[in-house]
Amino acid sequence: MPLSVNPPLFIPFIVAGDPTPAVTIDLALALEEAGADILELGVPYSDPLADGPTIQRAAARALDGGMTLPKAIQLIGEMRKKGVNIPIILFTYYNPVLQLGEESFFALAQENGADGVLIPDLPFEESGPLRELSERFDIPLISLVAPTSKQRIERIASAAQGFLYCVSSLGVTGVRETLPETLGDFLREVKRHSRVPVAVGFGVSAPEQVAMLKEVCDGVVVGSALVQKVEQLAPRLQALDERGAAVAEFAAYARSLAAPLREPCSSR
Amino acid sequence: MIEHVPNEYGRFGDFGGKFVPETLMLPLEEIEAELDKALADESFKQEYIRILQHYSGRPTPLTFASNLTQRLGGAKIYLKREDLNHTGAHKINNAIGQALLAKRMGKKKLIAETGAGQHGVAAATVAAHFGMDCIVFMGEEDMKRQELNVFRMKLLGAEVVPVSSGNRTLKDATNEAIRYWVAHCDDHFYMIGSVVGPHPYPKMVREFQRVIGDEAKEQFLAREGKLPDVIVACVGGGSNAIGMFYPFLQDDVRLVGVEAAGKGIDTPHHAATITKGTKGVIHGAMTYLLQDEYGQILEPYSISAGLDYPGVGPEHAYLASIGRVCYESATDEEAIAAFQLLAQTEGIIPAIESAHAVAKAVELARRMPTDETVLICLSGRGDKDVQTMMRYLGAKEGEDIAAVR
Repeated sequence: MPLSVNPPLFIPFIVAGDPTPAVTIDLALALEEAGADILELGVPYSDPLADGPTIQRAAARALDGGMTLPKAIQLIGEMRKKGVNIPIILFTYYNPVLQLGEESFFALAQENGADGVLIPDLPFEESGPLRELSERFDIPLISLVAPTSKQRIERIASAAQGFLYCVSSLGVTGVRETLPETLGDFLREVKRHSRVPVAVGFGVSAPEQVAMLKEVCDGVVVGSALVQKVEQLAPRLQALDERGAAVAEFAAYARSLAAPLREPCSSR
Repeated sequence: MIEHVPNEYGRFGDFGGKFVPETLMLPLEEIEAELDKALADESFKQEYIRILQHYSGRPTPLTFASNLTQRLGGAKIYLKREDLNHTGAHKINNAIGQALLAKRMGKKKLIAETGAGQHGVAAATVAAHFGMDCIVFMGEEDMKRQELNVFRMKLLGAEVVPVSSGNRTLKDATNEAIRYWVAHCDDHFYMIGSVVGPHPYPKMVREFQRVIGDEAKEQFLAREGKLPDVIVACVGGGSNAIGMFYPFLQDDVRLVGVEAAGKGIDTPHHAATITKGTKGVIHGAMTYLLQDEYGQILEPYSISAGLDYPGVGPEHAYLASIGRVCYESATDEEAIAAFQLLAQTEGIIPAIESAHAVAKAVELARRMPTDETVLICLSGRGDKDVQTMMRYLGAKEGEDIAAVR
């Protein structure tokens, strides 16, 4: 699989078109600069079942601006032209993919340089046809496991491509002050079955959490915390004379989250 | 011949399935396993029937609408009186079934979503009856439209959570309920109110609603000595309709589902999902839904909060795709006229949802011979809609509201 990345992985998430497509490109460049290993690009959706209010609001802002799945994929092509080199994973719900057409979706993703696809409402059992296409187009379909996956972990992990996305706790995306105590055991169990790097997401929002998690997995996905930052900075990100400074502030925040991953590991 | 549906993957032909976040796969598998055991367990069925009889008031009557029949001069019209259930609608059948299942699974906390409030009231009612906690998600717009039901739920001890996203109606309440369930699936049972959602919900709700059709079939045969020629039921998510239709699927009976055409199916303001929708995934199932070309779900509209839903049960999508059930639509205006007609000819105030079925049935019956019969599923009573009617008719001040035919 082409998504070859070496742990530890810092995987930031932003929403395509939030607050505007042009700003999204700047944020992607800033994230790469800040040390992102993989970028997760969220496709805004009207009814996001796996997301909390922060990402839901971001999606609404992007949709108001006219963002669509094809435009989000084309935004990856734009990012490539502007110099974003890290792998980019498209995070999209299933229905927009169905409407675009599954094959057209992969063709467009390939044409625009997408490196992976993650569909949070497409569980393993329903993913057969898409998985075949993903192999044909050589664009990995990233699998998710959750704390409730239990006996399913082995089956899902054995088919995992690129990296395996572990949902930290019950619930939707969103900043959490504490992660469950059982998370370490869960991640160790997942790692036992996985042939690809194991990254954890949902709720990861502070450098201390990142520091703790890097002991037990291969990477972290940070979504809502960054999206919240974009929300705060949105007015400045959209004002041409302030955009540079706002992007720099965003990058500094991302760097602070990634920092613990870059320090030598204590007990691995 | 209709194939046996759903199959082991929860598919009704191309429709159905489980399109949910991974976190919910285990809870769904657990419900599926327990449901199959419960449905095969005679004592579970007996308990369900016992509660329906002694608590909800089943069997509900089959009423011959003689005045209406006479007024129209066509086919004989019968009403299956789900409005006479405890809490005022068919929703209680399903709520009792799911609460029993939750109890079997050791869950003491219920989550529900509601549009018009009838499912919320049913959920709150069974929660009180079984000593469970109940949290009901409801769109803010629907809370305004259905103040009375909001208050009823609170009286019954449920917590009503206002939902402010989207159009603030049933779709948004359902999103929020599912999101809440993702976070609390370890100790909460999600009680879906219609034949929608991921497998096994469409099958489960059908199994708990088929009592409507099973009873109606027996009653109709006893009364008329034959099956009805046409059966009409309203379709939002479609639980009363599937409950009524299912036992008749193999029979030579014309089945008509009626969707909400709102301000007209040629306007953007309707909830006619099968008539105008396209295939896609909503709330965990593949079905027909109202969406734009990019797969973003569109906001539906109907005067009836209970039909105001952009999707439809996957079994209905299947029955439409194979042509077994005919799905038509009635506008707000047609439903209101039918509401008044039934109230004034029979002394029965129907829910505005059910009035959509009445509207279509009236249209059909008028053109049918007098020896034929039409059976309407009167899914609920209209007490909750009296305020909506006051507002609607008030806005048309000056018109003679009694002169509706």
